[in-house]
Amino acid sequence: MPTWVPGFLLVLPSIILMGVFIYYLIVRNLLTSFTNRNSNSRLLKVRYIGFDNYERLLNDSNYTHAWWNLLVLTVAFLVGTMLFGIIWAVLLEKAPKGEGLFRGIYLFPMAVSFIAAAVAWKWLLSPAMGPNAVGLNQLFQNIGLSGLQNEWFSSNSKFNMVAMAMPAIWQLSGYIMALFLAGFRGISEDQREAARMDGASEFRIYRYILFPQLSPVALSALIIIGHMSMKMFDLIYALAGANSYVAGVPATLLWAQLSSYQYGRAAANATMILVVVAIFVVPYLIYTRRVEKKQGI
Amino acid sequence: MTTATIDTQLEAPAKGDATKGGATAPPSPIATTVRYVLLIVFAVIVLVPLYVMIVTSFKPAGEISTSRAWNLPMHWSWDGWSKAWDALAAPLVRSLAIASVAAVVSSILGSMNGFVFSKWRFPGANIVFTFFLFGMFLPYPAIMIPLQQLVSQDLGLGQGVVTLMLVHTVFGIPICTLIFRNYYATAVPNEILEAARVDGAGMWKTYTSIVLPVSIPGFVVTLIWQFTSAWNDFLFALFLSQPSNGPVTYALQQLSGGQNPDYASSMAGALIASAPTLVIYIVLGRYFISGMMSGSVK
Repeated sequence: MPTWVPGFLLVLPSIILMGVFIYYLIVRNLLTSFTNRNSNSRLLKVRYIGFDNYERLLNDSNYTHAWWNLLVLTVAFLVGTMLFGIIWAVLLEKAPKGEGLFRGIYLFPMAVSFIAAAVAWKWLLSPAMGPNAVGLNQLFQNIGLSGLQNEWFSSNSKFNMVAMAMPAIWQLSGYIMALFLAGFRGISEDQREAARMDGASEFRIYRYILFPQLSPVALSALIIIGHMSMKMFDLIYALAGANSYVAGVPATLLWAQLSSYQYGRAAANATMILVVVAIFVVPYLIYTRRVEKKQGI
Repeated sequence: MTTATIDTQLEAPAKGDATKGGATAPPSPIATTVRYVLLIVFAVIVLVPLYVMIVTSFKPAGEISTSRAWNLPMHWSWDGWSKAWDALAAPLVRSLAIASVAAVVSSILGSMNGFVFSKWRFPGANIVFTFFLFGMFLPYPAIMIPLQQLVSQDLGLGQGVVTLMLVHTVFGIPICTLIFRNYYATAVPNEILEAARVDGAGMWKTYTSIVLPVSIPGFVVTLIWQFTSAWNDFLFALFLSQPSNGPVTYALQQLSGGQNPDYASSMAGALIASAPTLVIYIVLGRYFISGMMSGSVK
């Protein structure tokens, strides 16, 4: 018996679980997406209807609007977390006094669930204005900036999902900060010393020496935030409800489709979500694998 | 350096490094002031939702929607807290059960997998591992429909606590495997394994007598991480349980949902539901961050 056999047997239960709960479910979902299934019952006889579900979805302005919302949400989420994350990392990377406290504050929202965070943000982003306003709208009035009041994610504007990204940015900027902070600390002090000796300004040191070395960190951050945005369900469900048009994304639409027993349609929607995520994540995993191979891991 | 991969790598270099070299001029007082002003402003912004939750949770019903919504309560009231506690006490226990089981079982599986994937590879192990990793990025909504069918009907588990234990355990396997694999890669030197092999130790003996005893830091990280993610989950809870048998996030959503939520009890409920993970974060923050960082794959 080759020595690797017991190792394989040790992993086998997990291989089976992963095989069933990830890959078998993906295939099963794909098959459902080609049917007219309208109930979750196993006994139901379904008919295969080809790409009909996909066609209907793509011709449904509700659905394309949901993808637009997801795009706006993702871009705002990415830009926001990167911006705050990098600024905080730059402010903290030279270990000013009290660094631990600030780091702890910036990171704590990560420990809170989206559902709990949404309770506070529902109040903060309440759409009421004028005398009935609470939350940020009232704060704007209190500090004399009434003109900034708006309906946040409840508004029927093209970019209302930027407001939906705010709680998500609040929760995950600290994470991006931590990634970049670790990145900065991984660069040896000698490189900065040498640049300073040559008379480089701090700005140029960041621009030409530090940031270029952090591009792998930025890539990781991009993939993590990007895929979290694609998974985003809890926050939108909690803030806007499951049946919101203005704030709907494909994942919340999926819940609504299931609630109205459109299983085939929901499965087609699910497949499209999966494909979009895979387009970004699979090359990333392959790239990571190659890097590891080069390092001989 | 057995803790090398477990430490957060966030700590600043030792003092000697930071101050060496005469070329580093001490930062000007203006730069220092600007830095601290910015740090404090950002800290205040981040703390705003927490302030809102605490302040609002103590307000009696009439005070919440007034023009003083940002102020401290005029009359401090525990009504919101007691209402929230009544709604959340039973779900809290269920969450505790779900998150504990999921954390322990996925950590054990992750440790065994991590050992094999880093130190006892079988042909094709790296490819299998990459297939595991995809599970970390899987958009869960995309598999919810067949998952419901699989657990509720094919496996006959129905909905509720047991189903959620199973599902969180399974979907925790990828990250736990990754954390242990990266940890063992540096924490367990190949020479020791070679020596054990020469002494005739098999795979299981090697794992239990050499690898497992140095695994505690890895377990701390995966247990915390898994517990927190299972505790904070809402998506699986919504699809695979009912308010009557679901976790605390589901109960909180029921409490705070709707068009005209009772903000005082909602905010008190949010604080109650977040308390366990916040305590973990405050007490064991270092390990929490380490688990978080391992999410970046490498």
